[in-house]
Amino acid sequence: MKTLTAPVREQMRASIAAQKRRELLFSAMGFAALFLMFVTFVALFIDMIGSGFDRLNLDFFTHFASRRAEQAGILAAWVGSFTVMLVTAFVAVPIGVGAGIYLEEYAPANKLTAIIEININNLAGVPSIVYGLLALGMFVHTLGLGASVLTAGLTLALLILPIVIVSTREAIRSIPGMIREAAYALGATRWQVVRHHVLPYSLPGILTGVIIGLSRAIGETAPIVTIGAVTFIAFLPESPISGSPPFVSFDWLMSPFTAMPIQIFNWTSRPEAAFQQNASAAALVLVAMTLMMNALAIWLRFRLRRNLKW
Amino acid sequence: MSSKLPKPDLATLPKKAEARDLNFFYGQFQALKNINLPIHDRRVTALIGPSGCGKSTFLRCFNRMHDLYRGNRYEGEIRFHPDNINLLGADIDPIEVRMRLSMVFQKPNPFPKSIYENVAYGLRVRGVKKRSIIDEKVEEALTGAALWNEVKDRLHEQANNLSGGQQQRMCIARALASDPELLLFDEPTSALDPIATASIEDLIHQLKDKVTILIVTHNMQQAARVSDFTAYMYLGDLIEFGWTDDVFFSPTNKQTEDYITGRFG
Repeated sequence: MKTLTAPVREQMRASIAAQKRRELLFSAMGFAALFLMFVTFVALFIDMIGSGFDRLNLDFFTHFASRRAEQAGILAAWVGSFTVMLVTAFVAVPIGVGAGIYLEEYAPANKLTAIIEININNLAGVPSIVYGLLALGMFVHTLGLGASVLTAGLTLALLILPIVIVSTREAIRSIPGMIREAAYALGATRWQVVRHHVLPYSLPGILTGVIIGLSRAIGETAPIVTIGAVTFIAFLPESPISGSPPFVSFDWLMSPFTAMPIQIFNWTSRPEAAFQQNASAAALVLVAMTLMMNALAIWLRFRLRRNLKW
Repeated sequence: MSSKLPKPDLATLPKKAEARDLNFFYGQFQALKNINLPIHDRRVTALIGPSGCGKSTFLRCFNRMHDLYRGNRYEGEIRFHPDNINLLGADIDPIEVRMRLSMVFQKPNPFPKSIYENVAYGLRVRGVKKRSIIDEKVEEALTGAALWNEVKDRLHEQANNLSGGQQQRMCIARALASDPELLLFDEPTSALDPIATASIEDLIHQLKDKVTILIVTHNMQQAARVSDFTAYMYLGDLIEFGWTDDVFFSPTNKQTEDYITGRFG
């Protein structure tokens, strides 16, 4: 055996120490970056709470916007955001999940598929105002849907479609090949494999993607301003259920609407301090909505993944 | 092994399947070269050979697993008896093939479902709905896989909670539930400890009275212990095939001898 001489040992130790200093430097830089982001967010949040918290009472949620700041509320805005999100989810989920499954499980490997794949990733990076312009031309004018809940829902659905498709594909890809092979080896058809295995096992990932997409959509302002959402509205869309036949109505889809980010923007542009307060309070509600949606995504993923061990 | 008894003439033994001039290609790469091999009815045939010799590739031809991936191509045929169909024939749906053959994989691969649902899956795929029939088949299959007594009180628990050896026996039960005519084992014990391995080998012994078995193994002792016939493969060629004790104790090919005695491989 070779014996280690003292100078060699010293050299070895010096080299290890140098490596460790570099590691320390890197982790310190990483921590600084994290700290900066965290402090910025917390400062923003505290500022919002400081100026808007007093306005957060039941009346704020049940009143329409008003010229008098103390009486103004976000009723139209949150109902608008909620109904638009409903349409967005109903449209984006089936189309996005369907497209994702098709691309992963059925699509032949040819040029067309490759072009589609590249473009889906590109679409995720298209600025949201471009979707607004597309929607203005297609939904509002060509299809004559107007500046309605339906138009906004469809527009935001287009916006989050790439997110839903990509997360569906990621979720499907994380299913081990050996599970798929086990099902095929028992004589399952492709559809049975999708129905019994691929879809249920990728559900947590798909739901997470959908909710992340929706929480992005709920804060989008540019596209819904572009399609012509109103900034002031003092009535709610028609109720989807009524006491007289046919009991269900879809008139609410065609109703004009406003949404949370538009309401916030509108109040921010007013000179009076009281409206600034309203804007802060509404922004606080919007942030809370987003955080709640993200929390739901985490919880769902945790719940649904408990049994998915490979 | 039947080393003590006089061996029947190979030509007279009934065959369950037979590879004829079988070639297989992964894209441009030829993984199997002109394989001719009989699989005798209700016997255990072991495939041995060094890594990359094509033994798993050969096994996966039988239930058309290669059809799941692009760029794979078969040439030649695998005749399947008694009805003498060609498993690789263009007129045969791979799903029909997989309904008649079952496979047990290298690593236990339970579905993240209950034990009951795992074993019942082959029946569900075939459209069996009647609860009493499924119950009966699940019990029969789990009994056949020597697992029933261990799991009968927790059939509705997650299969992932079983130990590795139990999971593999459950996978065998899952493969048995649909009454396969030929059972394919792809290195079924390579992920298991020696005790679990011994129980799987016992099981193979019990099963061979009822079903024909083709097993890939990299463990030569295992091939010697469980099989009636052994086929030695090397780089896509079938080098030697015969009664297991002949292949192990008096191989006709020098290369087989070198591999079996551990001088190579």
